[in-house]
Amino acid sequence: MTKVLTDARSIRIKGRSFLAVVLSPDLPLDQWLERLDDLAARSAGFFLDRPVVLDVSDLPIKKAELKQLIDDLAERNVRIMGVEGARPSMLGPGMPPAMKGGKPASDVEVTAREPDAESEAEAEVAAQAPQRQEAPQVRAIPQSLVIDEPVRSGQSIIFPEGDITIVGSVASGAEVIAGGSIHIYGTLRGRAMAGSIGNTNARIFCRRLEAELIAIDGIYKMAEDMDSSLRGHAVQLSLEGDTIMADILF
Amino acid sequence: MGKVIVVTSGKGGVGKTTSTAALGAALAQRNEKVAVVDFDVGLRNLDLVMGAERRVVYDLVNVINGDAKLPQALIRDKRLDTLFLLPASQTRDKDALTEEGVERVIGELKKYFDWVICDSPAGIEKGATLAMRHADVAVVVTNPEVSSVRDSDRIIGMLDSKTLKAENGERMEKHLLLTRYDSNRAERGDMLKVDDVLEILSIPLLGIIPESMDVLKASNLGAPVTLSDARSAPSQAYFEAARRLAGEVVPVTVPGEKRGIFGKLFGRKAA
Repeated sequence: MTKVLTDARSIRIKGRSFLAVVLSPDLPLDQWLERLDDLAARSAGFFLDRPVVLDVSDLPIKKAELKQLIDDLAERNVRIMGVEGARPSMLGPGMPPAMKGGKPASDVEVTAREPDAESEAEAEVAAQAPQRQEAPQVRAIPQSLVIDEPVRSGQSIIFPEGDITIVGSVASGAEVIAGGSIHIYGTLRGRAMAGSIGNTNARIFCRRLEAELIAIDGIYKMAEDMDSSLRGHAVQLSLEGDTIMADILF
Repeated sequence: MGKVIVVTSGKGGVGKTTSTAALGAALAQRNEKVAVVDFDVGLRNLDLVMGAERRVVYDLVNVINGDAKLPQALIRDKRLDTLFLLPASQTRDKDALTEEGVERVIGELKKYFDWVICDSPAGIEKGATLAMRHADVAVVVTNPEVSSVRDSDRIIGMLDSKTLKAENGERMEKHLLLTRYDSNRAERGDMLKVDDVLEILSIPLLGIIPESMDVLKASNLGAPVTLSDARSAPSQAYFEAARRLAGEVVPVTVPGEKRGIFGKLFGRKAA
């Protein structure tokens, strides 16, 4: 019997990136675990509710040892969501999946337990409280990346966290991908993709438009589809509904 | 300590080897000690252009492998005693080059010579990256046409990221050498103009070498054009480029252009 799909809607699979904490153990493992216990004692509940990735690249351990390490960590309430830098043969069923392509982010501060905190529950609150205060601050300052030199052919600048400003040109065969807007104080000859992680308000600005491809929030336009009167001008590109609108600036 | 120059382009056939030989001979005629090094292992050409193909005994790969000492492999030019050639191996390929080996050879050459000019192979693979790795200065050879300009742009990106200087956080000195320039064709729009190339690549101009039969003739005779026909237009352009490399301020002239533009170019910052 063949299965008949009654629902015509297709399943949408989306990509999303999250910030995870990366643990890179070193040998001997029992001493490393001791140091981890010490850290956990000073900052109770640090690993609770945090996605943790285990980085075992450059760590000469066998599959059984890795499994033991994951179990040891689980005992300490550190749940591993994925393993980075492991050979495929080291990971079996029942173990976290392999992860790759991670990008470094800033170090995570481990907040120490307040000296006068008495119960563990209180300490847990203390450890998490500063983060709650930080959250609105992060939102208040949008991130931006400034590049002071031309983006050369073959280079790609990817910055999903916010805006990219380039003081120079973007060459043919180069690409710039931003979560926010893209500002180019030079000629845009390559590709520019703004609002790459779903931001319809993102815009692209350039001193001179000679682009191969532009995209905002996944809606793209090839060079051929662009109005030829825009070429060579200072242009602002924005999204209106599902169409890319272009305005010549001054 | 001498200066290490890499002559590179990304694209093949734009005149890297010709320019290496011509600049090497021009610098050597200033009584400075020059070594030209062929990095195009497996496709060596510099020995032909220098007219030393029958005198090659040991090569770069032999020195890297320790089969020969550097002085055994260096070939002194018959016309200029300050000019030396370190040929590439024709029977091996780029995998015969090792990073440590190249570093050792370049380090040794720097001690004896004022200028070490490395003729990079085309492409962006191991041979090209090793040739640029230890350089102090890069000469990017470009023809005034779109594919060469884009390839040069790619190479400039690599010079800013893959070289030892870039990795140490220093800035790599880069110069543009525009070769095979034909002012008539540029004027007609068949070729990119000098300003267009400079605008795209945005690095200082070292010189403009006019398209000329003299260059091909010199190569086939086995002599750098700056040696065989020093009075020709391309030789003059190479001599000027060599003076700029040595730090002199020489205004750039666009070959074959009339006065009005001359004045405009006079103000341009060269090298």
